[in-house]
Amino acid sequence: MPNTFELIASSAVGSGGASSITFSSIPSTFTDLCIKFSARDNSSFIANNIDLSFNGSTASFSVRSLYGNGTSALSITQSNAAGLAAAANATANTFGNSEFYIPNYAGSTNKSYSGDSVSENNATEAYDWFYAGLRSNTAAITSITITAGSSATFQNHSNFYLYGVKNA
Amino acid sequence: MPNNPTRIEVNCETGVESIIELTDAEVAEMAAQAAIAEAKQAEEDAAAEARATAKAALLDRLGISAEEASLLLG
Repeated sequence: MPNTFELIASSAVGSGGASSITFSSIPSTFTDLCIKFSARDNSSFIANNIDLSFNGSTASFSVRSLYGNGTSALSITQSNAAGLAAAANATANTFGNSEFYIPNYAGSTNKSYSGDSVSENNATEAYDWFYAGLRSNTAAITSITITAGSSATFQNHSNFYLYGVKNA
Repeated sequence: MPNNPTRIEVNCETGVESIIELTDAEVAEMAAQAAIAEAKQAEEDAAAEARATAKAALLDRLGISAEEASLLLG
C-alpha cells in the first residue's frame, strides 16, 4: 500500500485563462501518480468534461463512468474523460473538484486510472462522476495534459496539482 | 499580453512554468470544436424537451398523472 505523497508540481490559472495544463518531464522515481484539481471553465454549460492525454496523445483511451445529475443515476462510455469543471452556467465562483489516481505509471504495461469528480451548482442539476479508465499503450507516462472539454478555457483560480506516490 | 488563448506547461524536472500562446490554427480548431459541442448540447436539450412534451401530452390524453402511469408500468 503506497504510503507517501509528494507534490511534484502545481499550477494556478491566472486571469487570462488557459485551455490546458501540461505536466511534462515527470520523473519516473515514484510508484504511482495522483492528480488533484479544482477547475472552472467558460463553456456554456453547468458542468463541462475535462479531457486527459498521456505523452501528448489522446489515442487508445477508453473510460467507463457512473454518474448522477441531480435527478438520475446513469452510466456512459467515454474516450479520455478525466473530471469535471464547473462551467459558465453554474453558480458564480464555484468550482468542480476532481482526483485521479494512476498506478504503475512508469511501468511497461497498459495504463489504467480511476477517479472521481464533482461539479458544484446551487440548484438541482449538479454532477457526481466516477471514472474507470484505460489507455492501451505500454509507454511510461512522462507527460500529462489536462484539457478543458468543448474547447473551453479554464478560468482564473483553477488549480492543478500532481503528486508522486511511493512505496516507502 | 497575448492576443490568443494560452496553455500552461510545467516542467516537473526544472519547476519552470511556461505560458504558451496558442497559434491561430489552434484557436480556429478550438472555435470549431466549441461550435460543435454547443450544437450537440442544443440538440440534446431539444430532444429532451420534445420527449417531455410528448409524455405530458400522452398523460393528458389518457387522463392520468405521471405517478399513476408509473403504477401501471411497475
